[in-house]
Amino acid sequence: MEDVIIRFISRIIVPFIQVYGLYVILHGHLTPGGSFSGGAVLGSSMILFALSFNLERGAKKLTHDASTVLECGGILWFTVLGLYGIFAGANFLTNQGAGFNLGVPGQAVSGGIIMLVTIGLGLKVASTVITLFYSLIEVEGDSHG
Amino acid sequence: MMRTVLILLLLALIGFTLVSTVVEMPTFGHPDNPTNNELSQGFIDNAKEETGAMNIIASILVDYRAFDTLGEATVLFVAIAAALSTLKAH
Repeated sequence: MEDVIIRFISRIIVPFIQVYGLYVILHGHLTPGGSFSGGAVLGSSMILFALSFNLERGAKKLTHDASTVLECGGILWFTVLGLYGIFAGANFLTNQGAGFNLGVPGQAVSGGIIMLVTIGLGLKVASTVITLFYSLIEVEGDSHG
Repeated sequence: MMRTVLILLLLALIGFTLVSTVVEMPTFGHPDNPTNNELSQGFIDNAKEETGAMNIIASILVDYRAFDTLGEATVLFVAIAAALSTLKAH
């Protein structure tokens, strides 16, 4: 794909999509959205990057090692936060009872476990979308080339 | 032949289970349905104080029903692991 217009437009628009995806993830406890939708937005920005530029430059942005760390780290982070509730003397995945600071509702840092889980899960969903796209397009490229 | 009969029997069993479940389902939109209990009003009233989140959906997803969300994340993890192991095997 050697289209100048698509490259120019996507070069401008990809950072805005990524900022919007991060906004949806980070404000998951305040505004509509959350980890799954924000992660999908963040992942599709990298898909747009890889489609408008070539796959090699896109794959350099998120290597397989990085995606492995994000995949396993996201779900481990969720489980560790849940297990912290047990160590604190409450149930698995307890929010307030386990000592997480709820803060003032409406502020950027509030919600205790919700914000922490949303960040980890959002990065994991983004990594899932990107990795699935890359591996599918890699297999397709192999069979045709 | 034996295998086809076995598969058909299994499918009939699964179909019977699904249909009998659907027949037993409550009437759609009936006010006495189990989905119309006091829980949704309780979420609206208490979610802000109990979880500190303005987004009630986020508070249900990650606080009240966090174990379900952990299952969803596990499904994503297993899906990507299965897809990668299948695709990279070529």
